[in-house]
Amino acid sequence: MSTVTIRYFASIREQLGRANERIELSSPTSAGDIWQQAAGGLLPSNTLVAINQIYASPQTLVHPGDELAFFPPVTGG
Amino acid sequence: MTVRVQQDVFDPWRELAAHETAQVERLAGQAGAAVVFVGRMRDFSHGTPVTAMRLEHYSGMTEAYLEKISIEACTRWELLDTLILHRFGSLQPDDPIVLVAAWSAHRDAAFAATRYLIDELKTRAPFWKQEQTPAGNRWVQPG
Repeated sequence: MSTVTIRYFASIREQLGRANERIELSSPTSAGDIWQQAAGGLLPSNTLVAINQIYASPQTLVHPGDELAFFPPVTGG
Repeated sequence: MTVRVQQDVFDPWRELAAHETAQVERLAGQAGAAVVFVGRMRDFSHGTPVTAMRLEHYSGMTEAYLEKISIEACTRWELLDTLILHRFGSLQPDDPIVLVAAWSAHRDAAFAATRYLIDELKTRAPFWKQEQTPAGNRWVQPG
């Protein structure tokens, strides 16, 4: 599998106008670099990152086949 | 240890009674303490009325995160059982949003675990609240 599924939530989903997309990925790339490719610009500083539904950092490498998510600070409970 | 994330309205007291009945073999004669937290939707926020709310979540990651903190609580304290129930979707004022409960032989463990679970849930579980107000919709900022 050479694609990565990217998911966006809440205010980030609204700002980008899409909930998810797929991008081609041939080699491991950091989550922050994928944000630049897919959404454009630098990753906003308070954005949270998850890879395969586990918290990660913008520096964490994403591999082909992974599910990557970007979302704002959480407000449940 | 039970985690449930659901769209339907729930009655926290009925849920507690049902859980204690289902877990009677684990709890009966053992659980000297049960501590319960219920979070409900307010009809005001920052001085303005809130007429409704929409709760978004990351299906899959949310449940996994709540299970992770439940396991963590069971390793930190001597617990007999835990329960976390959380809504998503459309909410009305006074609707229960979250139910957290912990059972233990003595009260200290159940108090500490319940506090830990609700605090971790609020700061890390992937849920997002959007309030509907007379001035329009707004995403809740973490407080």
